Amino acid sequence: MAEISRDDVANLARLARIDMAPAELDHLASELGVILNAVARVQEVAGQNVPPTSHPLPLQNVYRKDEVTPSLTPEAALSAAPASEEQRFKVPKILGEEA
Amino acid sequence: MSLKYEDVIAKYEPVLGLEVHVELGTASKMFCGCNTIFGAEPNTQTCPVCLGLPGALPVVNEKAIEYTIMIGLALNCSIAPFSRFARKNYFYPDMPKNFQTSQYDEPICINGFLDVEIDTDEGIKKFRVEIERVHMEEDTGKSLHMGGATGRIHGADYSLLDYNRAGIPLVEIVTKIVPGTGKYAPEVARAYVAELRDILRSLNVSDVKMEQGSLRCDANVSLRLIGSDVLGTRSETKNVNSLRSVERAVRGEMIRHAELLNKGERVVQETRHFQEDTGLTRSGRSKEQAEDYRYFPEPDLVPIVPDATWIETLRAALPEKPSTHRKRLQEAWSVPDKEMASMINADVLEIVEATVNLGADPAKARGWWLGEIARIANEKDVTAADLPITPKDVAEIVALVAAGELTDKLARQVIEAVIAGEGRPSEVIETRGIKVVSDDGALMAAIEKAIAAQPEVAEKVRGGNLPAAGALIGAVMKETEGQADAAKVRELLLKHLGQ
Repeated sequence: MAEISRDDVANLARLARIDMAPAELDHLASELGVILNAVARVQEVAGQNVPPTSHPLPLQNVYRKDEVTPSLTPEAALSAAPASEEQRFKVPKILGEEA
Repeated sequence: MSLKYEDVIAKYEPVLGLEVHVELGTASKMFCGCNTIFGAEPNTQTCPVCLGLPGALPVVNEKAIEYTIMIGLALNCSIAPFSRFARKNYFYPDMPKNFQTSQYDEPICINGFLDVEIDTDEGIKKFRVEIERVHMEEDTGKSLHMGGATGRIHGADYSLLDYNRAGIPLVEIVTKIVPGTGKYAPEVARAYVAELRDILRSLNVSDVKMEQGSLRCDANVSLRLIGSDVLGTRSETKNVNSLRSVERAVRGEMIRHAELLNKGERVVQETRHFQEDTGLTRSGRSKEQAEDYRYFPEPDLVPIVPDATWIETLRAALPEKPSTHRKRLQEAWSVPDKEMASMINADVLEIVEATVNLGADPAKARGWWLGEIARIANEKDVTAADLPITPKDVAEIVALVAAGELTDKLARQVIEAVIAGEGRPSEVIETRGIKVVSDDGALMAAIEKAIAAQPEVAEKVRGGNLPAAGALIGAVMKETEGQADAAKVRELLLKHLGQ
């Protein structure tokens, strides 16, 4: 049985920058638990010799040549941006972090 | 009053770790075909893939993988038979996708080493820097923070993003902890980055310009009490944009840590930003709380399983190692160890070599770059390579001196003028009217004038007192404003006085 606690949900919410009310945390903890349990059933059928799958298709080494292809125009690139200035994407004040 | 470096190393042992990011010199980006030209107009090199638009599918640039394997091989790494990309999730607008495509627990190259040498009072010392991993990722966009006075995030009202750089292939090279460097930690850090840069340049995989950010170094430093095996808390210094800064940043952090520890305070685990002007660091992001990037395998990119023959073909084609190349140059030029080390330390070896390749005598080329030009560079607090004088200029000056058309003194004037932006050597000589006065008539006139002014000295010389001629030669040099060849003046003068 996979368990997900209220604290786990609170931490995920913080990491995902989603503001959640206390009631929502309780609610989601039980809902996410159900989802996890459903997915965890896969583990019951996978043997020791089956590695976790990240890609469903048996493909590897898919490459492209190092060739330049046309980019978008800056107008097109910025067309869906909520705001722009000086041909750049404009974003609200960045809080509390510096890269 | 800050603590003296000697006091720091008398009590503490530095523990060093270095992370170097290198932008690869591919024509197109890591996962899309956008151009990678530095300094292009903002947002002219973007597409749905690097802007993270819905439904866009990335595809790996084969050249970038090839370059990364070459770097791994040159650093004596094992190449992983299987590796994957992962999503590193974080919230910062420098990546429009809200994650960076990187590698997590399966890097392409692991477990290598790089040997570096530093010149010390106790002779040349060799250190082995072990490489933990070399992995692939993508560079981020560039932010401008607007509205604040400082251009920094704090105090800014909003930020502007240019995603031309987002998605340019980036390789991260991470060392293991470098033990046993003792007081030489700053020099070892610098020598490592310098050697790494030379290797990357020889591989031709990056233009390795620290000032443009295509080679960036993060220096991790912690201190432990000598004799103790308890590691101290580390700080991670970013924004270190030159070899000299690498050395200054490590030394500065060692002193800062020691001051805190001596006062009984603790070192905060955080990123620090190096300040080029003061050589100090300022506090950045705290790393006290464990970061959680929620890495998971990138579903849109399939695993990399490099073919063994591909790896061996790349290995066989590796260029001569910079260290071997240096040994060969040293022999060819017959340069003593000490002077070789001076050239490496002043970072002029490559320009000296370029100057020699343009026909200059190695000793002369070395003399100018390590002498007059290094002196001016020092005065301006930059490196010789940053000055606006080229190997071609110096080769031209060396040739003019050899042909007797410039004296060393005039050559120095020409060098100063070239650096001051007065043009190429030939232009400087032309505009300033610099030339060696070799016209015997003009020299004889000056000699006769000097003799007339100091007849008693001339008499001494006639009488066989040759050292006395110095005063007359000096007068002639003054009269010709230093443009005469002193040896020629001496010859004419002595002949004229019957010697």
